[in-house]
Amino acid sequence: MKRPSEALAPARRSGVISTWFSRHVSTSIAALGRVARQPFASLMTILVIAVTLALPAALHLVIKNAQAISGNWANALDFSVYLKQGISESDAKRLAGIIDQRADVDQVVFISADEALAEFRDQSGFGAALDQLKNNPLPHTLVVRPSAASTEKSMMLLNEELSNLPETDFVQADTDWVRRFHAILEILERSVVIGAALLGAAILVIIGNTIRLDIQNRREEIEVTKLIGASNAFVRRPFLYTGFWYGLGGGLLALGLVAYGLFALQPPVARLAGLYGSSFEILSLDIEEGLLIIGTGVFLGLTGSWIAAARHMRRIEPR
Amino acid sequence: MIQIEDVTKRFATGQAALKNLSLSVEKGEMVFVTGHSGAGKSTLLRLIALIERPTSGQVIVDGQDTRRVTRRKIPAYRRQIGMVFQDHKLLYDRPVFDNVALPLIIAGVGHREAARRVRAALDQVSLLHKEKQSPETLSSGEQQRVGIARAIVSRPKLLIADEPTGNLDPDLSLEVMRIFRRFNEVGVTLLIASHDIALIDQLGCRRIPLADGSLQEEEEEDVVAEYMEELESGQVRSDWL
Repeated sequence: MKRPSEALAPARRSGVISTWFSRHVSTSIAALGRVARQPFASLMTILVIAVTLALPAALHLVIKNAQAISGNWANALDFSVYLKQGISESDAKRLAGIIDQRADVDQVVFISADEALAEFRDQSGFGAALDQLKNNPLPHTLVVRPSAASTEKSMMLLNEELSNLPETDFVQADTDWVRRFHAILEILERSVVIGAALLGAAILVIIGNTIRLDIQNRREEIEVTKLIGASNAFVRRPFLYTGFWYGLGGGLLALGLVAYGLFALQPPVARLAGLYGSSFEILSLDIEEGLLIIGTGVFLGLTGSWIAAARHMRRIEPR
Repeated sequence: MIQIEDVTKRFATGQAALKNLSLSVEKGEMVFVTGHSGAGKSTLLRLIALIERPTSGQVIVDGQDTRRVTRRKIPAYRRQIGMVFQDHKLLYDRPVFDNVALPLIIAGVGHREAARRVRAALDQVSLLHKEKQSPETLSSGEQQRVGIARAIVSRPKLLIADEPTGNLDPDLSLEVMRIFRRFNEVGVTLLIASHDIALIDQLGCRRIPLADGSLQEEEEEDVVAEYMEELESGQVRSDWL
């Protein structure tokens, strides 16, 4: 008699699992149906979740793009190499030629002291005052443009080597403000994370409240099902699925909102980039970021409904 | 099947619904609990369904001491008992079939097996042809039969019913009792709270008369007289649930 029951056991277990699975599928579909049956109220909830998710996502994108743009700037920076007084123009030109040979240098522009003075005279309006000077106080200058492939490290190395040249008075690399800008972006990025956490808490409250109302409306049904032997987990399940659908809907709609925003921004950004002679294109969310938004929506939906269900379900007992 | 031993149930108000009640129902019996409103019938059924806990004393159902059934185990415990209510307690947002299938879904019975059992249960209460209808479209008697089908679909050994015929006219009441009788014939133990003395007499089942929360051995005429009195004063109704 033992054999057949042993043979039956695995089949029965897989039957139990498939039953369990199909019950979950039907519960989730029933929950989706419930959400769809109140399209206006559900859409409101989903919209609020979507906006709350889209806000930090959009801010994140702004920062990400700012970082991308300023990243380009850092590499496109020129070094101004001021040569010592007394270096002749021909020596300076020869030095320019030597520096130009370097692999990490794209281009060297020589600005003679006279040119610099003429330019200064034109632009400063101190023309008369400058005429009083017997000697030109300005040195010859080499404007060194690093190659496009430069990294921050190679730039620093180049800076150092240029500074160490015997002809060099000093090198000015205006990367400081770029670094400061990056630091500001980092602070903003951090603020977005903090803001996103607060907004996440808001989503929990929104979903929790929606589910609480749902539980109240279905109080009688919960009582009856408990009366005929439903466990708390069984009664909770449809509400968890409702929260899941709200979260998923909110996440997807948030992606839609962000995508629409990018679409709307594309032409003016392209025009601006064109004015700067750049082919810059807005960076959009990558797949991981998109999944993160949807995942966050689902997670918050499930958590919010779980909290609401745990709080309110226990109190509903058959009377 | 049911042993009630020295059970007292006192409410928060201090009022005692049951006082030192002891009784037992054997396996396979069909027993009626009688008595007028406030006699403790409903409280007795509520103790068996674990909707209430006794203040003192012991309730043993199918060999299980209900004191040992913790909160977490209550759902599994209730699944062993079929329950029929005066107000049917159907879910009106879904068809008859789904209502009857609910205990099986809760118990995790597979779709095909569940469908088979639901149809068998509906067949027993002669409502197979109405499985797709909403309970709202059914008459009170039909709704009660749906409630009965739901109570028996998971094949419980014990079925408790509180005033199952409370809202029905005599013909429908007799029909419902006949259905109960059939279950009893296949071995189901039934404990039914009812006012309907005339009907109970027709069935010839054992009666447990309650008065003021205790067993009472009264003359039958008195019970009938009291019942008639209550009927006239409109007190005949269940206050269970």
